[in-house]
Amino acid sequence: MTEADIQVFIDGVKRYFENSVSLAAQVSTPYLVNSTEAPAEDFTGIIGVSGGRKGCVYFTAPRAMLQHLLLGLGEPIVNSELMRDLVGEVANTISGNARAVYGSDFMISVPVVVQGRPENLQLPKQLKAFVIPFQWQSYSATLVVCLE
Amino acid sequence: MKLMIVDDSMVIRRKIERVHQLPVEKVVQAENGHEAVAVCRRELPDVVTMDLTMPHMDGVECVKRLVEIKPDIRVLVISALADKHTAIQAIKNGARGFLCKPFSEDALNGALQKLLAGN
Repeated sequence: MTEADIQVFIDGVKRYFENSVSLAAQVSTPYLVNSTEAPAEDFTGIIGVSGGRKGCVYFTAPRAMLQHLLLGLGEPIVNSELMRDLVGEVANTISGNARAVYGSDFMISVPVVVQGRPENLQLPKQLKAFVIPFQWQSYSATLVVCLE
Repeated sequence: MKLMIVDDSMVIRRKIERVHQLPVEKVVQAENGHEAVAVCRRELPDVVTMDLTMPHMDGVECVKRLVEIKPDIRVLVISALADKHTAIQAIKNGARGFLCKPFSEDALNGALQKLLAGN
């Protein structure tokens, strides 16, 4: 992965929050980790990537952030079912937006959502994962990109 | 006028139902393509918002099926898939508009108004 690849996903994170809730996310410096060290919060939405690029993209966030985000979306109900749905939708949206750069050969799966720390994220072991940390309101969350 | 909202995300279906400003008498929902086809046969909606990445049947194929059932149906694709090829495929299959996720309330209503105006 190149610096330009990382920028695609940083832009995706910023676009999601600016367009959905009109409150910008502040992205911190991305860093590399081994696939076994990838971070995970209370809820994680995982998108498998195939086609021209292979690997996965996942968004992981604490419960409190998702509760706040649902309220920001105008949702009167905040429960775990909606938080699971939302974390998958955020991952799907940021991954899908990347096709504007990579084209339709960047094929994405429907989201797999995990509540609690995933025991087995199945990141490709031969690849390193780029961690893109960001803050929205007072919360910290992470987008992890692991692509060939 | 009947509106059908098709998306595998409950959050998105609920958002569209909450913020749309169409003068509808009924809103129905479907969470995948198969369900959308069944609901379309039963309800014959006038306007549809259609996600593309869904389990069982993707939205591009689903648009084609809905147009076969109701040729004058107006379908607005609302998808995160931001490449031109996907938008063109959806339009070729009968969609009349394309809105990229993430979308604001204003963007949704602007796209729906254009859809009704035939633009």
